[in-house]
Amino acid sequence: MSASGGGAAAATAEAEVAPPRADLLRRFIQGDLAELRVVIALAVIWAIFYIQEDRFLSSVNLTNLVLQATAVGLVAVGVVLVLLLGEIDLSVGAVSGLCAAIMAVLVEQNGWSPYLGIAVGVLAGTAIGLFQGSIFTTFAIPSFVVTLAGLLAWPGAQLEVLGETGTINITDPKIVGLTSTFYSDTVGWIFAFLAIGAFAAITLLGRQRRLREGLSAPPLGTLVLRIVLVAVVTLGAVWVLNDDRGLPLAVLILLGFVLFFFYITTRTTFGRHIFAVGGNAEAARRAGINVTRVRVIVFMIASTMAAIGGIMAASRLLAVNQSSGAGDFLLLAIAAPVIAGTSLFGGRGSVWHALLGALVIQSISNGMDLLGLETAVKFMVTGAVLLAAVIVDAIARRQRQAAGRV
Amino acid sequence: MDAQTPVLELEGVSKSFGPVQALSEVDFRVHPGEVVALVGDNGAGKSTLVKTIAGIHEADEGRILFEGNEVKITHPTDAVHLGIATVYQDLALCDNLDVVENLFLGREEGTLALDETSMEKQAGELLGRLAVTIVDMRAEVGTLSGGQRQQVAIARSLLGDPKVVVLDEPTAALGVRQTAMVLNLIKRLREEGHGVVVISHNLADVFEVADRIFVLRLGRESGDLAAGETSQEEVVAAITGATGGREGGR
Repeated sequence: MSASGGGAAAATAEAEVAPPRADLLRRFIQGDLAELRVVIALAVIWAIFYIQEDRFLSSVNLTNLVLQATAVGLVAVGVVLVLLLGEIDLSVGAVSGLCAAIMAVLVEQNGWSPYLGIAVGVLAGTAIGLFQGSIFTTFAIPSFVVTLAGLLAWPGAQLEVLGETGTINITDPKIVGLTSTFYSDTVGWIFAFLAIGAFAAITLLGRQRRLREGLSAPPLGTLVLRIVLVAVVTLGAVWVLNDDRGLPLAVLILLGFVLFFFYITTRTTFGRHIFAVGGNAEAARRAGINVTRVRVIVFMIASTMAAIGGIMAASRLLAVNQSSGAGDFLLLAIAAPVIAGTSLFGGRGSVWHALLGALVIQSISNGMDLLGLETAVKFMVTGAVLLAAVIVDAIARRQRQAAGRV
Repeated sequence: MDAQTPVLELEGVSKSFGPVQALSEVDFRVHPGEVVALVGDNGAGKSTLVKTIAGIHEADEGRILFEGNEVKITHPTDAVHLGIATVYQDLALCDNLDVVENLFLGREEGTLALDETSMEKQAGELLGRLAVTIVDMRAEVGTLSGGQRQQVAIARSLLGDPKVVVLDEPTAALGVRQTAMVLNLIKRLREEGHGVVVISHNLADVFEVADRIFVLRLGRESGDLAAGETSQEEVVAAITGATGGREGGR
């Protein structure tokens, strides 16, 4: 390890151009190709469970797996943004439970319209994020501590909101429909082709624009390969989903949020500033960026996404109870992006990691359920996977530092 | 040079921190197209002077003139708006962002739809104009050498088209070749008509680029020497106080 790392460090110290293959290996070690790493991990996990139990890769089970992953994935989207800042939000699980409870009480007990109930639940999350983010930035208390207080306090509020029964069943068809609506095969295929077409158009037009401005552009072959890969994955996913009940609304909701925040983080000034604050907050401040504003908004987004994830979880469980958002929900939402390669140290990661990581975690959980393993074993395996992912992240970071990068 | 109004002039500037008198009645000026080296031992007040110019500290006494007009610099943004760009030794770049992203940090084009193509094009033109060679404009700054990083940091300060560029120890911790690259860049800044203030400990570097050498000692001016008419010994003497210095280089 140290031999290859040292070699890579020497090669890059003067920023000389390394031969392509060594460069690829170096980037892999240093964690730049985290997506590739996680796709390989996912393939290995699926292979292992498939060998043990061939129902694992059936379309019914894969559809269930995706549905199970949506709540964690949605919460993880917000967690990614917080991690990009180099901060952490330990309250997302608790916030998801509280906001789902607020929505459930309003809709099921007070007869509010589901849309209004969902809106109030989500906005409650936003308000909690504003509160926590303001405390964190105003008093310069580590976000870890502020949100730890939230982790303790919000479940109390949740008990209060739920009242004496402690459980509220969700019967409203609109809310239940969030996770039980499936679209027809035709809709699925149309969606797939639209998605592929849009991706191809954006990729190729972007290349053309760069060439027109006289900038270097990736070779056409690479881009075509990328488009083909996206097409294969999209068509494959839709084919599997159509083989079962069809394209679920829940998947579209998750994908919608991932795409939206992917755009925000990579194509807007605000997103650029999130990365800057996470990479070097002092440099960001001196560049005139309002660091406090960026931080508060990101904590608001994280709590908002937690609320949305909590509502999806409630829809799938058909109830909100005292343990909604409790247990391992928080840790899974934080573990998901980390497993997929978002750094705990800030400045590195992608919103896609929320989706990929949620799939990995849910695959492990779902596979172990299918094999009938005990809860005790499940916890330990999930913990071991998280630990392994964090170690990989730490090694990648050390390799980068050895190569003169931070 | 005397006929020209200094782009930046400090008159009788004093600054104290509690009982410590960091600057006492310092007169300091920079002309357009002039490189002034600011030298002095540790604690001589170089950093305080630079921070006063950059708006991080406010002077207790004295006047600041910018292009002949009296101005107040009480906040870093005041300095930036006037056209004073400061490049600090570190804390200037985000290692996880690439060259273009760092150059345009805080002044991105397109709030809701970043115009990467335009920014990359301008970044290429800027670096080309400054003769800074960076192979991959999309390489993370963390992967660049120290000299390249310093060049990127200096180039970034020029995007706002400042009148005065203040460089804090731009060649500290750089190798010989990289130091030469940075010094060349400083010469280009002078050719473009910027007033340049360089803090440095390295007298060889100072003599290579500076037109004038301003020496601080214990918060007071201890020499203002024309680089062409002085010697390293004279500067060292002014820094250490061995001769008491010479009042006014010109």
